[in-house]
Amino acid sequence: MATIVTTPSETQAREPAPKATRMYGLLAEFETPGDLMAAAEKCRDAGFKWWDCHTPFPVHGLDGAMGIKRTILPLLVFGAGATGTAAAFLLQTFTNSVGWTIWAGVWVTGYPFLISGKPAMSLPAFIPVIFELTILFSALACVKLMFLFNGLPQLYHPLFKSNRFRRASNDRFFIVIEARDPKFLPKKTEEFLKTLGPISVEMVED
Amino acid sequence: MTTLSPDSHIGRVSDNTIDRPGERAPLVLNMDTFGQVTATVCRVSEAEKAPFAWYVAFGASLGLLSLLGLCITYLIFTGVGVWGLNNPVMWAYDITNFVFWVGIGHAGTLISAILFLFRQKWRTGINRFAEAMTIFAVICAGTFPGIHVGRVWFAYWLFPIPNQMEMWPQFRSPLLWDVFAVSTYFTVSLLFWYTGMVPDLATLRDRAKGKVQQLGYGLFALGWRGSNRHWHRYERAYLLLAALSTPLVLSVHSVVSFDFATSQLPGWHTTIFPPYFVAGAIFSGFAMVVTLAVPARELFGLKDLITLRHLDNMNKVILVTGCMVGYAYSMEFFIAWYSGAMYEKFAFINRAFGQYWWAYLLMVSCNVITPQLFWSKRIRTSIPIMFVLSIIVNVGMWFERFVIIVSSLANDFLPSSWDLFTPTWVDIGTMVGAFGLFFTLFLLFCRYLPMIAMAEVKAVMPQADPHGAGAGKHGHGHAQGHDHAHGNH
Repeated sequence: MATIVTTPSETQAREPAPKATRMYGLLAEFETPGDLMAAAEKCRDAGFKWWDCHTPFPVHGLDGAMGIKRTILPLLVFGAGATGTAAAFLLQTFTNSVGWTIWAGVWVTGYPFLISGKPAMSLPAFIPVIFELTILFSALACVKLMFLFNGLPQLYHPLFKSNRFRRASNDRFFIVIEARDPKFLPKKTEEFLKTLGPISVEMVED
Repeated sequence: MTTLSPDSHIGRVSDNTIDRPGERAPLVLNMDTFGQVTATVCRVSEAEKAPFAWYVAFGASLGLLSLLGLCITYLIFTGVGVWGLNNPVMWAYDITNFVFWVGIGHAGTLISAILFLFRQKWRTGINRFAEAMTIFAVICAGTFPGIHVGRVWFAYWLFPIPNQMEMWPQFRSPLLWDVFAVSTYFTVSLLFWYTGMVPDLATLRDRAKGKVQQLGYGLFALGWRGSNRHWHRYERAYLLLAALSTPLVLSVHSVVSFDFATSQLPGWHTTIFPPYFVAGAIFSGFAMVVTLAVPARELFGLKDLITLRHLDNMNKVILVTGCMVGYAYSMEFFIAWYSGAMYEKFAFINRAFGQYWWAYLLMVSCNVITPQLFWSKRIRTSIPIMFVLSIIVNVGMWFERFVIIVSSLANDFLPSSWDLFTPTWVDIGTMVGAFGLFFTLFLLFCRYLPMIAMAEVKAVMPQADPHGAGAGKHGHGHAQGHDHAHGNH
């Protein structure tokens, strides 16, 4: 069945010997999404907080198996969209409907255009730009906030030290339990991970 | 997905265009593992040398690109008079090319957004390069209004930038709506394309052998590591982007059509324009995807990922949108007659039988008659025929825009001011050169970026289903709850 590989560095780290490196966590490798899913449920039920799954593609149902709370991203994107709507409305009414002078970095003056006898405040003609800017603000906020919440870009991460972990973007499925988890005990956690049916378990240095 | 049993003939089917009741046709052929998908897609950008045909195509594209550069430089130094424009026909090849390229640019985001919302899983095989195509097409499109303004150094007047003249753009003009619509579309398409590509760039980074590749792909992969907590937000964001892009796709060509529809010119002033333009855009966009997909899958060995079923599906979309376009053509004629307006009636009779009758005939035969061949499954699944048909459709769609723009302008209300349009060599050079720009960018993309959305393809493989074929062989009876949380090991 599963072959447990112990790296040399791991044996060192498990002894409370004087060492220069700190432990980032334990990395368990799984072969299929099904194996990962079953293991993730057990990690969740074991009460770990600082742990994660790493997969080459989003595995359907894994959020539930890990007990991840829904992100508030959609609400914030709605806010950004509403900001876009307001900004487009104000931009168009200021530049095309009123003659006010305001400070926007420099003094700028609006200009009430008279176009084919239409009223200065002709909302129907402003709708297309309002729509476009609503979408633009939402989309920019959506992508920016998603990467921000994910803590990306983060070009360095301890997991990148592991050679096995390179397959996390290819065809393997990983669970990592971080050493900072209050329930983390190097030996016990490793034993626990080995019961979940991994291909390998290895220690990752910080 | 769930109807597939783990040991059914996954990846063993050679013809996946056949529908078997109760089963989903496989979207990936001859591949059992995720690793095979990665290897097949990454092979293209990891190869030391591209296929010979790539170099030939790239050389030709660069040649055309230089022609574009030459024509534009000549235009800027001399003035728009180098085009064949005249007094009534002040828009001709430039705006025809603009509308043509924006139209091409519709397929990508349609595939990625609308087909995503409709849960059309076959989109995963083609979405990446269709999106890339969209972005490059919009770049080509943006070039034309940019140089059409004449004094290109004033192109920034298009944007509401505070200036010492205290002048603002006029927001009641559909031309200004166009500026916002096209630039928003470009930005959102780029975001969508890039966001979708981040996990695949991470795959290329993790496989990279050389330092340059590692650094290059690594930088753009942003340190993506496939964390499920990241995937969770990523999938939400992707869904939101799809939901935002869906109305956006439909709005862009609607706004482009407002350039014409809100004018008073017979032949332009019709309410059918927005939906008609959108249908035409999807029609030409899908035709361009087929034109590009057919050689790309041959050349780079992607036939198991862009399968015959994908092409078959796209040809069905071409058939449907071709019929919509045909309906719009006939409805325009009906309304012209039904309106009883003299100028409107004349504009349409003149369109079909006037000096530009040959362009009109070409447009109808390419766009309405030719796609009807796709009713036959044999034609839909024949690679050479669909390749030729897809090119014919795009020729037809170019002529559609030419007919709409030029025939309406050439003969308007007052016969004394009528004039014909004849293109100059600069007109033709710019049109041909734009293809050089498009193909240069597209060939570079094929060579250096993941042409197929690997992560998405893997996610729709039966093996990816943790409850089905991907459930593993260790015998965890993985059920919904966690009643077996301390179970069978």
